[in-house]
Amino acid sequence: MALASVTFFALALIAIASAVGVLIARSPIYSALSLVLNLLSVAGLYLTMNASFIGVIQILVYAGAIMVLVLFVIMLLNLDALPSPRSIGWGPILGFVLGTGLLAQLLYVMLTTFGISLEAAEPVTTAMAVENGSANMLGQILFTEYALHLQVAAILLLAATVGAVMLAQRRFA
Amino acid sequence: MEVALDWYLALSAVMFTIGVFGVLLKRNAIVILMCVELMLNSANVALVGFSQSLADPTGQILVFFSIAVAAAEAAIGLAIVIAIFRKKRTVNINDIHLFKH
Repeated sequence: MALASVTFFALALIAIASAVGVLIARSPIYSALSLVLNLLSVAGLYLTMNASFIGVIQILVYAGAIMVLVLFVIMLLNLDALPSPRSIGWGPILGFVLGTGLLAQLLYVMLTTFGISLEAAEPVTTAMAVENGSANMLGQILFTEYALHLQVAAILLLAATVGAVMLAQRRFA
Repeated sequence: MEVALDWYLALSAVMFTIGVFGVLLKRNAIVILMCVELMLNSANVALVGFSQSLADPTGQILVFFSIAVAAAEAAIGLAIVIAIFRKKRTVNINDIHLFKH
């Protein structure tokens, strides 16, 4: 087996195992740390796909900024694990059935379309993939074709920052 | 790409489903927010996979905006959780039913 396949399956295994870890961890702190591991392994997957810019952004923004915010809030609220419910109602059972149904549907679509390859305009070489994922290429597109969208995203982040500060104020609660 | 696109899509589907399970089954509001992040992240895996296998950078632009929106969502969501915790002293969603009465 080629090195790329070994790397992919190792990273994919870590990603799925840590995603399950988010689910089964009792304490929210362990859920958050598990999610950090998941985000880092997905960043590794981006790097093996030669999407270097997105991989670095994933580590900086997701695993860095967002998860630090989540961990900060968990420690600020000083949360312990929630006590186990005395009885399990219909909600979790219905949720389990719905989730299993969704997984079955997705896997059915995957299995019926497995091996059908998309036709790229020309065969994609490694050099093309490296150029496609570079900060140079993405920056050029982002600041020309999608310049307006970038401004809208900036306004969204500003509004979210102001809104978060306002919501977390003491007089609002 | 050396690894076929199908494997990336399969990984994306499994991670998305784990996120859905978390949103449906967990009772801690912060863990539910984290599972939403997990679902957004799995969609990003599919987008980058398509983008790199078709040599079309538009998919990665979409991932860039998706990460920006995820950051905004996390900030607002956590602020709402803090505001609710100040009022109700809990983050258990079974105990938060302001609209029920």
